[in-house]
Amino acid sequence: MAIEVEVNGRTHTVDADGETPLLYVLRNDLQLKGARFGCGLGACGACTVVIDGKAVQSCDISLAAVAGKSITTIEGIGSPAKLHALQRAFLEEQAAQCGYCTSGIIMTAYVLLASNAHPSDEEIRAALDGNICRCGTQARVLRAIRKATAAG
Amino acid sequence: MNAPRKLPGSLATNPRLAQWLRINADGTVTVFTGKVEIGQGLLTALTQVVADELDVSPQRIRLTTAATDRGPNEGITSGSRSIEESGVALRYACAEARELLLERAAIKLGVSVEKITVADGVVSSGGLTVTYWELADERMLERDATGQTPPKPAGEHKHIGSPAPRVDLPAKLTGGAAYVQDLHFPGMVYGRVVRPPAYAARLVALDDADVKAMPGVIAVVRDGSFLGVVAAREEQAIRAARRLARSAQWHNDRTLPADLTPAAYLLAQPARTDVISEKADPAALQRGGTVLTATYTRPYIAHASMGPSCAVAHFEHDHYRVWTHSQGIHPLRNDMAKALRVAPEALTVNHAAGAGCYGHNGADDVALDAALLARAVPGRAVQVQWMREDEFAWEPYGPAMVVKTRAALDAAGNIVDWQLDVWSYPHSTRPEGKDGVNLIAAWHLAEPQPAATPANPPLPPGGSHRNAIPLYDFPNQRVRNHLVMHSPLRASALRALGAHANVFAIESFMDELAAAAGADPVEFRLRHLKDARARAVIEAVAQQCGWTNAAPADGRGRGIGFARYKNLGCYVAVVAEVDVESAPRLTRAWAAVDVGLVINPDGVINQIEGGIIQAASMTLKEQVTFDRERITSRTWDDYPVMKFSESPQVAVTLLDRSDLPPVGAGEGATGPTAAAIANAVAAAIGARVRDMPVSRERVIAALAN
Repeated sequence: MAIEVEVNGRTHTVDADGETPLLYVLRNDLQLKGARFGCGLGACGACTVVIDGKAVQSCDISLAAVAGKSITTIEGIGSPAKLHALQRAFLEEQAAQCGYCTSGIIMTAYVLLASNAHPSDEEIRAALDGNICRCGTQARVLRAIRKATAAG
Repeated sequence: MNAPRKLPGSLATNPRLAQWLRINADGTVTVFTGKVEIGQGLLTALTQVVADELDVSPQRIRLTTAATDRGPNEGITSGSRSIEESGVALRYACAEARELLLERAAIKLGVSVEKITVADGVVSSGGLTVTYWELADERMLERDATGQTPPKPAGEHKHIGSPAPRVDLPAKLTGGAAYVQDLHFPGMVYGRVVRPPAYAARLVALDDADVKAMPGVIAVVRDGSFLGVVAAREEQAIRAARRLARSAQWHNDRTLPADLTPAAYLLAQPARTDVISEKADPAALQRGGTVLTATYTRPYIAHASMGPSCAVAHFEHDHYRVWTHSQGIHPLRNDMAKALRVAPEALTVNHAAGAGCYGHNGADDVALDAALLARAVPGRAVQVQWMREDEFAWEPYGPAMVVKTRAALDAAGNIVDWQLDVWSYPHSTRPEGKDGVNLIAAWHLAEPQPAATPANPPLPPGGSHRNAIPLYDFPNQRVRNHLVMHSPLRASALRALGAHANVFAIESFMDELAAAAGADPVEFRLRHLKDARARAVIEAVAQQCGWTNAAPADGRGRGIGFARYKNLGCYVAVVAEVDVESAPRLTRAWAAVDVGLVINPDGVINQIEGGIIQAASMTLKEQVTFDRERITSRTWDDYPVMKFSESPQVAVTLLDRSDLPPVGAGEGATGPTAAAIANAVAAAIGARVRDMPVSRERVIAALAN
C-alpha cells in the first residue's frame, strides 16, 4: 500500500502496510538511521522524533497515523557540516558515550526548547524523564542543553 | 646485547609491526586495533597515541576496527585493559616505525638521524625535506617489533594528555550510520528469533503453515528448539515471530529455585573454597577487643543495554560473513564455528559498533542467531535484532553475591584482624570456554552443543574475588573465595565483575568499624593505608568536597568509598551525597582518580562520571526478577534504571601521574560509588542497609530494626 509521509520537509511515498511502526519506515525505507530501536514500547525514548511539533516515540505510532503530518528527525535539524545549536552543544560538552540514546534525547530537547526557550533545570530533567541513558551521561547532557539554551 | 624480553602490551602476542599500522603513499596512516569501540572513546585515545608517537596530525589517521581477517588478535575488549594492551602496543609500534622512517630519511637526505626534525610526517634537515609517504614501502613494517625504541616522555606529548573530542561522535549526533543496527546491504532481509518461554523449555510442536503464508515471510527456520523467521521487511519479521511464538508448544520440566535470595540460596549451595589472602601476627591478634560482623549482598543485575543486541550475517558458497558488536570477535568466531559445525576459516567476523554493553550481553548470541537464519537464505544478508524482552530475559546477568565480614578492633580503634568471605557464581561465560559453546542457540539446536563450564577469571585480576582482598594494611587477615559453579540464572561478566559487591562490602564495613572506633571515616581509612597513591586520591576527594565530620542536614548524608581497581589498576575515591527524604537518591558525587599517564583527560572524566551514575542506578534501584518458571523483568517498567530527574551532579578530579604507565578507567568507579552511597545512606538515617538495591523499602526496614 502506498502511503505519503512528509519527513524533514520532503514528501516520500512508502510502500508498506499502514500498521507499520513509523520507526521501521524511517530506518529501512528512508534510510534515516538516527531514530533507534530501543524497546518497541515507547518506554525508552531512543526512537524519538518530532511530529507536528510534539516529541513522539516513532516505534509506537503507525505509518497510517502520521500520513499527512510533518515529521522531523535528527537528520532534519542539522548535519556534521551545519550543526544545530543542540548538536553543537552536545559535541562541545562531549555529552555522549555510546550515543545510542542521544538522537532521541536531542529531539526531546528540541521540542522542549521550541516551547520554552529558557527552561529551568527541573523542567529539562522532567522533559527528559522518558529518555533513558544507560552509559550515565546525564550530567553532561544537562550541561549541553543548558549551553544550547544560552546560545539560543 | 639485550636479553629477550616480553614485548609491551599486545605486541607480545601480535609482534608484527604491519599488523598495527600502514604508512600510505596518499599521506594517510592506517591503524589497526584488535580492541573495539563500545562508547568508551577508545578510538579517540588510540588516535592521540599514534599522532604523538608517529608525529603525524590526527586528521591523517584512519583507525580500522577489529576483524578476523586483518589486524591484531587482542582477545576480548574487557577489564579496562584496552589502553594497557592496545594503547601500549601502539605506542611502541609507532615509536619503532618512526625510527625506521627516520633511518631511511637520514640515508635519503645524507645527514645523521640526530640532525633530523619531523612535523606531521615531513622530515627535515638543513633545508632538505622528505615525507613519510615517500619513504615508506610495503616491506618496511613487515618485521617483528623489538620493543627497544622508547616512546616519548610525557614532556614531548602534544596530543596525549590533552582533552580530545571523540572521533565517532559527529556521526552519532547527526543520524549518520554508526552502529551494527544501521548497516544496510542491497537486498538485506530481516530476521527475528523466538526464544523458549523459559531457560529449559523445549519445542515439542509447531504449526507454522499460517506463518509461512504471512506477507513478506521468506523462511521459517526450526532446528531442534531453535526457532526463527526471515522476512522481507523488519516489521513483517516481528509480526511473524509473534505469531510463531503463539503457534509453538513448549515443554518445561525444570523450575527455578523458590527462594533465590542471595543470602538464603547461595550460602546453601556446595562451593569450592580457596583462601586467597592470609596474614598472621599473633601479638596484634591478642590486642583485639571489639568484634564486628556483617553480611552484604547483591542481586543479579542486568547489563540492560539501550540497544538490543544485533548482528548481520551473509552466507554464500559455504562462507559466512558476520558483522557484530561482540567484545571478542576471535573467540566468537571459534564458538560459532563449533555451533555451525564448520571450520573457523569458514567465517569472517567483522566488528561494528554497538550500543554500550558494560560487559557480556547478548552481542555474541545474536551473531549465531543471524548466521543460522542466513544459512536458510543463501546469498542474502540477514539483519537480526533482539526485541527488548529477548535482551532482558536472555542476557547473562552480573551474578548475585554474598560477602561476609568479621573484624576486631584494638583499644586504640585500629583493625587488628580482618576476615572476609565471598560467595558467588563464576563471572565469565563468554565464548571460547574450554569445553563447550557459550552461545544460546547452540544449546537449542537438534544437535546441541552444551555450554562450557563457567570460568571465574583467576587472581590477579580476579572474577568473583576481584577486589575481595583489601588494599588496607591489617596485621591479621584471611580472605576466602567460595565459588558456586552452577548459577540458576544465566550469568557472566558485568562491569567491574566482583568488585561491585566486594568494594561495597569492604568499604561499608570500614565505615561500620570507624563508627565503632569513634573515628572519622576518612581518617580511619588513612590510618590503615600505606599506599601513597591510595592515600592521595582519598585526601584529594576529601579536600574537593570539603569533607567534614559535621552532622548532615535532615534527610541527607555523605559517605566515602575507595578502591584500586583489581588492586592493580586505577585508584578511585568517591564521595556521595544522598537525599533519603523519599526514595534514596544520589544528589552529588565527587571523585578523585589516578590512572597513571592520562591519554584523554575528558575521556577519563566521561568514563568516571558515567561509571558513578550507572553504579548509582545499580546500587539504588536494580535487580533481575523471576518466578519458578521464568525471568519476569522483561521491560524497562519491570527493570527501572536511573532517570534524568534522579541524576546527580558529578565532579571529577584527575591526579597528575604522567610519569606512570597508563591504565584504564572504565570500571574504576563502580565499587567505590556503591560503597559511598551505602555509607551516605547510613550517615543520613543512622542505620545500615547491607543489601542491594539500597531501596526505600530497605531503608524503612533498616530504620525499623
